[in-house]
Amino acid sequence: MRGKAKEMTPEVTWQEITPGGTIYETGNAEGYKTGDWRSMRPIWIEEKCTQCMLCPPVCPDTAIPVKDSKRLDFDYDHCKGCGVCFKVCPFDAIDFIKEEDKEE
Amino acid sequence: MGKLIEIRWHGRGGQGAKTAALLLADAAFNTGKYIQGFPEYGPERMGAPITAYNRISDERIKIHSNIYEPDYVVVVDESLISAIDVTSGLKETGAIIINTDKEPDELKKHLKGYKGKVCTIDARKISEETIGRNFPNTPMLGAVVVVGNIMEPKKFLEDMKESFAHKFKTKPEIIEGNMKAIERAMQEVQGV
Amino acid sequence: MSIRERLSGNEAIAVAMRQINPDVVAAFPITPSTEIPQYFSQFVSNGQVQTEFVAVESEHSAMSACIGAQAAGARTMTATSANGLALMWEMLYIASAMKLPITLSCVNRALSGPLNIHNDHSDSMGARDSGWIQLYSETNQEAYDNLLQAIRIAEHKDVLLPVMVCQDGFITSHAVENIELLEDDKVKEFVGEYKPDHYLLNHKEPIAVGPLDLPAHCFEHKREQAQSMINAKKVILEVAKEFEKLTGRKYEYFEKYNLDDAEIAIVIINSSAGTAKTVADKLRDNGIKAGLLKIRMFRPFPADEIAEALKNVKALAVMDKAESYSAMGGPVGAEVKSALYGKADGIKVLNYIYGLGGRDVRADDIEEVYNSLMDIVKTGQIGETYRYIGVRG
Repeated sequence: MRGKAKEMTPEVTWQEITPGGTIYETGNAEGYKTGDWRSMRPIWIEEKCTQCMLCPPVCPDTAIPVKDSKRLDFDYDHCKGCGVCFKVCPFDAIDFIKEEDKEE
Repeated sequence: MGKLIEIRWHGRGGQGAKTAALLLADAAFNTGKYIQGFPEYGPERMGAPITAYNRISDERIKIHSNIYEPDYVVVVDESLISAIDVTSGLKETGAIIINTDKEPDELKKHLKGYKGKVCTIDARKISEETIGRNFPNTPMLGAVVVVGNIMEPKKFLEDMKESFAHKFKTKPEIIEGNMKAIERAMQEVQGV
Repeated sequence: MSIRERLSGNEAIAVAMRQINPDVVAAFPITPSTEIPQYFSQFVSNGQVQTEFVAVESEHSAMSACIGAQAAGARTMTATSANGLALMWEMLYIASAMKLPITLSCVNRALSGPLNIHNDHSDSMGARDSGWIQLYSETNQEAYDNLLQAIRIAEHKDVLLPVMVCQDGFITSHAVENIELLEDDKVKEFVGEYKPDHYLLNHKEPIAVGPLDLPAHCFEHKREQAQSMINAKKVILEVAKEFEKLTGRKYEYFEKYNLDDAEIAIVIINSSAGTAKTVADKLRDNGIKAGLLKIRMFRPFPADEIAEALKNVKALAVMDKAESYSAMGGPVGAEVKSALYGKADGIKVLNYIYGLGGRDVRADDIEEVYNSLMDIVKTGQIGETYRYIGVRG
């Protein structure tokens, strides 16, 4: 039987699928990459950032990682590009650009 | 004693006819019988006519319907005689037992020509004198056991004493009155 | 030695629940099942059980609480009737789809309207396709026995489905009758401890239950659920065998009464089966080969076995204490006829609607049904097959 989220492939048969759809692990949202839903992209401008910590709690996808009381760069695997962090930043330390304009 | 005895109780909500049917079922159960005790549920309001039933048998009882041709009918409230057809389906080999201060012959004219035994018991007076309140169901129980020859009287009295002792554990003072009510009813029932 | 007792059907269920001592009971009162949580809450207050009793604000909440508790890893029970079961509807399907072995005592009552508190089977028959196993009970004894077995059936690893144990409201729920009870320790041993493989409160294996299930997987989950119902057939017999060893009381998918050589037969469910047995006995005394088949297990439905049991009958009446407003009969009739199709063809089958809204089912009614079957055998003419009995007009 397949019990982990990553094993729930489109090929899984009814004999292999878990009863009731239970997933025998937690944190499954992390494995579900939503970054490719993004049409707009927030850019963190580290020099302007004061680490005021207004942006991490407003992110609906926890896509702004925090370590040692400091925010890090965006988690683009999960950021859906909603722009809430861009709106909340008082220091213009977050830019918001079209996904296709991003620098490779 | 026949194989299956069927009894229909008529009373008014609050008088304890259902309780009496269950007590009779209990007593018969204690003598090793198969029993059924069940009320016919309707609008259960104080004073509304209610019907309850007993089946008592030496064999397991399979049937699950109301009783239409009872061996015995017990009327806990005399006023019901004019209100409902209490002798409906009652077997003429059986009897009707009525709570009243009147004589059996006086009541016969109200019973639509019923030809079986008419038994009376002044359960109100007995209960008021023994229990101190109008609790007709206890004396009625004693009367039906005698009239229906449902079980051996001595055994019945022993069982009732035991079940009252259990039921009135916190009020032992009322056991004696209830026992007296039953004993008197068994002696005073008319028309047997 | 079993304990000789006299209890009402509701008391019998409450006693079974006390002996089972479930982890959680969540229930909301509704006539005629109210006494079950009422008696059980007394057991809780008296410390006779260690159950967490959740007094909820509706039956929807009752079933929701049962689902949460069972998913958490608790053995969970509830009781309801009629509109209470209807209010659980949404959650019934979720309980079975989540493979949660909850047990529910359904005290059958007519589903309103018109508003009626008395017995028929419209409540549980409406829930027949909700993925719950359904066991029906003729007497207080069968309700008690079925509930004890339901725990084992529900929690079996090949099943993991909720089970509904049904009995007739008032007719058995409020009637005091003789019953043989098992000793507390024997029940405890029979039902055993509930040990789910996966449950929410297991800190060693955190899990996610009840996730969104899109078209890529939902169909597979439904197929898996259907397999559990197929598996339940075997398990129900195994549990019954073990129960018989313990009590001497035999249970199968259905009870055959005077059926093996019967020319005419009735298929019936719950308390009226007893009344029908007395009529069948009387007919047998008069040399008439009358039998009956009382269905105990309606879900899963024992189609092949029923066809086998009825194959030699000439005329058959299937009794339904619920309408299905199909303009062709009731739910039991539909299932039985479909079971016979291709396996026991040629039987003349009537489908009667009877006893709706608590209409008393008299021995005379049943006798009239048997008489109609005799006429059919005699004349070969069947006439209208969708019939009512006991209704005026």
